[in-house]
Amino acid sequence: MGKSGRYVKASALLILLGIAAALPWLLGKYQVRILTLAMAWTIATLSLNLILGYTGQASLAHGAFLGIGAYAFGIMVQRVGLNFWISLPLACVVTALLGLLVGLPSLRTKGPYFAIVTLCFNVIILKVFENWNWLSGGIQGQVVPRPAFLTQRWARYYFVLAFLLLTLVAMRLIVKSLLGVTLMSIRSNEDLAEAVGINSFRNKLLAFVISCFVVGLAGALLALENGQLDFTITNYLYSFYLLIYLLIGGVATLSGPVVGTIGLYFLLDYMKNIGIKGVEEFRYFLFGLILLLVIIFFPMGITGGVKRAWEWARGRFRKGEAGEVAG
Amino acid sequence: MTALLKVQGLTRLFGGLVAVNKVDFEVPEGSILGIIGPNGAGKSTLFNLIGGTIPPSEGKIFFAGRDITGWRPYRVAREGIARTFQTTALFEELPVYVNLVIGRRMRTRSGLGDVLSRTPRMRRERDETTAKVMEVLEFTGLGRYAGEPAGSIPQEAQKRLAIGVALMGEPRLLLLDEPTGGVGMGETDEIIDLIGRVRERGITVCVIEHKMRMMMSLADRMVVLNFGVKIAEGEPRKVCEDPAVIEAYLGECIA
Ligand SMILES: Nc1ncnc2c1ncn2[C@@H]1O[C@H](COP(=O)(O)OP(=O)(O)OP(=O)(O)O)[C@@H](O)[C@H]1O
Ligand SMILES: [Mg+2]
Repeated sequence: MGKSGRYVKASALLILLGIAAALPWLLGKYQVRILTLAMAWTIATLSLNLILGYTGQASLAHGAFLGIGAYAFGIMVQRVGLNFWISLPLACVVTALLGLLVGLPSLRTKGPYFAIVTLCFNVIILKVFENWNWLSGGIQGQVVPRPAFLTQRWARYYFVLAFLLLTLVAMRLIVKSLLGVTLMSIRSNEDLAEAVGINSFRNKLLAFVISCFVVGLAGALLALENGQLDFTITNYLYSFYLLIYLLIGGVATLSGPVVGTIGLYFLLDYMKNIGIKGVEEFRYFLFGLILLLVIIFFPMGITGGVKRAWEWARGRFRKGEAGEVAG
Repeated sequence: MTALLKVQGLTRLFGGLVAVNKVDFEVPEGSILGIIGPNGAGKSTLFNLIGGTIPPSEGKIFFAGRDITGWRPYRVAREGIARTFQTTALFEELPVYVNLVIGRRMRTRSGLGDVLSRTPRMRRERDETTAKVMEVLEFTGLGRYAGEPAGSIPQEAQKRLAIGVALMGEPRLLLLDEPTGGVGMGETDEIIDLIGRVRERGITVCVIEHKMRMMMSLADRMVVLNFGVKIAEGEPRKVCEDPAVIEAYLGECIA
């Protein structure tokens, strides 16, 4: 059973990959663009999943780090004129280093206090980028030039898809390892983790820095796809967006962030296009409504709900089988 | 025998309350020390002080000759002191075997680099951990629960699991805070048997218990606390007959 289960899973993954590879040739130009953006956002949601879903620390600073990654990348390729292949990893490193500086004091606080401290940081960063025009480029922002091999829409799609897959593989390696189990122990019972010799602060800091590295990557990819950026990318509202994508998709799973982010991103975009008036305001209401429904009916998110439904169906199937044998 | 644990003038204040008051005792290596006392006597506080959960107001703690006073819990654990908590503490939503894996983590070194590039060290540590998990599952008799969430197994099995998690780090000293608390009378035998087998492995044990009868058969020596003060110490039978103990404990000697 275990082996055949793995077979099913592997073939399902291969089919999904095939579909993902074929999509640019099946979808319209606009849809390819939206999907590219949604995949970049998924990377951001995956980063939040590591620190919140697995380590149990609710960071509300990820909007800020997303923006910092985007600007670090934009400034390096455009204003400094660095090589693209140097700028991209360097932007992630810069974001991770800032994450280290922010994590050192803020991770001394716990639970809701950590959420509030990180939210405050995000608000400050937004104000900084809003007011320091020399840094953010003011209202117009700045352009983000693309290298020649990424001028085509489909090329950018595959580029972002590759990074999404890379992030998924890295996350899987982390959460299935001794390190991942260590992070989960802190989420589960920090006092006990300390009592069995785990330095919880050090491990939380590590998770936070990795998370910032990854969200920095997401920011850089968003800037790349958009071809320009302005200070609004540092908005703390994005911290909440990521939180909602994650909660709705399913925390502490790898498929949850993918399903939640891409699903919601398309839903919101669709609503905007069928012309629901005032959708920008309406969407907070809709977010709230979806969140409420998901929390009531699927406390483990959409993927958790699907998994439960699957187990329930299988249980019934088994019962049916057993009944037949008995009868 | 030399003392593995030595506590000197240990004192802890909570506001005006003296929860632990100038307590001294020693635990020889390889022995079992029983700690008894009425509710609120300061027994759990004593363990919290030794384990580093809270710092002492005064006094010193020596472990294997080393001053560990005021150390953070994870350092105390790495030094070789493992513990269980009065209200059973487990990683409840995680499977039983994962609880054990976590108990071993401090003896492994694999970091982010090892994990991402799947180094030989990571593989070796993973295999070693798996082997140790198998051994402890067998030792604690928890094999049939291995895949179940720790919070969903019976209370008595949870108590054994907490001891198993503590054993994963191969401690020299094990502190057990009411290991049979909240467990039905008929189910305590397995836990008592387990503690006996832990000692046979050469691990020193300090155990807090209310059940006098259990202590009589298990402990080599006993310490009695009352209002934070040590009022008696010695062999179980002698302590049990001590008039001060009988008065404080409101109990007669059942042996
Ligand atoms: N963190 C704390 N803050 C304030 N007072 C505390 C704290 N921990 C313990 N106390 C107090 O210290 C005293 C000793 O408590 P402790 O838990 O050590 O008793 P105990 O001997 O373990 O009792 P029991 O048999 O009920 O477990 C009690 O009066 C308790 O209320
Ligand atoms: Mg107690």
